[in-house]
Amino acid sequence: MCLGIPGKVTEIYERDGLRMGTVDFSGVRKEVCLAYVPDVTVGGYVIVHVGFAITAVDEAEAERTLTVLRAMGDAVTAELGEPIPAADGAGR
Amino acid sequence: MKYLDEYRDPDLARVLLNELRTVATRPWTLMEVCGGQTHTIVRQGIDELLPAGIRMIHGPGCPVCVTPLETLDRAMAIAARPDTIFTSFGDMLRVPGSETDLLSLKARGADVRVVYSPMDAVLLAQQRPDRQVVFLAVGFETTAPANAMAVLHAEALGLSNFSVLVSHVLVPPGMTAILESAACEVQAFLAAGHVCTVMGWTEYEPLAAAYHVPIVVTGFEPLDLLEGILMAVRQLEEGRSVVENQYVRAVHRTGNAAAQEAIRRVFRVTDRAWRGIGTIGASGLSLAGEYAAFDAEIRFDVGRLSTVEHPDCIAGEILTGAKVPTDCAAYGAACTPRSPLGAPMVSSEGTCAAYFNAGRLRTNVPMAGEALR
Repeated sequence: MCLGIPGKVTEIYERDGLRMGTVDFSGVRKEVCLAYVPDVTVGGYVIVHVGFAITAVDEAEAERTLTVLRAMGDAVTAELGEPIPAADGAGR
Repeated sequence: MKYLDEYRDPDLARVLLNELRTVATRPWTLMEVCGGQTHTIVRQGIDELLPAGIRMIHGPGCPVCVTPLETLDRAMAIAARPDTIFTSFGDMLRVPGSETDLLSLKARGADVRVVYSPMDAVLLAQQRPDRQVVFLAVGFETTAPANAMAVLHAEALGLSNFSVLVSHVLVPPGMTAILESAACEVQAFLAAGHVCTVMGWTEYEPLAAAYHVPIVVTGFEPLDLLEGILMAVRQLEEGRSVVENQYVRAVHRTGNAAAQEAIRRVFRVTDRAWRGIGTIGASGLSLAGEYAAFDAEIRFDVGRLSTVEHPDCIAGEILTGAKVPTDCAAYGAACTPRSPLGAPMVSSEGTCAAYFNAGRLRTNVPMAGEALR
């Protein structure tokens, strides 16, 4: 349940007074609450847990972690609602 | 060494393991706290790759597993009400209560829905003013800021049909309880990475000092775990016991201040019963008095609950690391992920499910066919 998935912030907006955004997890896009990462800007990477960004992280680390998470299928699907698509050219 | 080839960087894994073999001169027993770490360790066979004598004990860091039976029974009593939409993270649905589970209730017509974020439950309450929407707020410190924001947001929106059934647990008191137990064999801890992303690691410094136990904040990837184990063993060999941070990319000493502030606003620290372990003082969070209007436990009177655990389940001993799943007579026979007797066989973070999914067998005992796929 404490799994965190890294993704890229593609959009930031306010909804009902809350700082929200769209985060791209290698192709899966989700609405995420950004209230706890006030300094993150569009293009930045965050670690997301149950729909909330809990920290910023750099791009290289995010991609590295996604590679490992792809191999953890079930746990990631539970966290994200769907699996992370295979990396481009990964052939699976 | 078949497992090593599956690592992101097998060469680096070999380097870390070789270094560990050089550093370790004696047997040491370590506990990984987080269920996500247990999953990685068992799946990748890290415990089987370690030098002889370095033993990993699996900790209680599975929120689904430690959620008390009374909370589950209460959840089901509320979910069975015809005016209610009951929402929960998916991994709570198959956890056995005294008589049934949420998924079976759903099959019998209760409106039980899986949400991926507590904010989805708030949105549902906005969309369905004619129904009571209840969210089962469980988890460690990683999840508490999300659940706190759901309450704050429901308050801001003026929602009178949203409430939360809270059973949050806190990691440091759980670790203290393990260290205080007479049978404790743990000589060093790998602390849970994402819990520390939120809380930082200052709470662990007094623990490391008082119990002379090294604590290494560790991530959940295979290489993170190998490095965390190496850092802990190095401390043990050198006679040091401090808090170190392996998971530098996601954890800072003081954690996430905004997230901690939300937790402080919405929750207060309380005694909490941990399923299978018992009540631990000041080890959980419940709603603060000023948010009592959002407390499902107060809003819905379900009468007296009498809880009954399955007599064959040894979840308590599994959660404290006293036993491993393959020690349990029911493991893989009467108890499987499809038909679990206890919570550790249900959750993806549960030790029993991790063992089962990795195909670990009881010695000389036939397993249910599921394990042999």
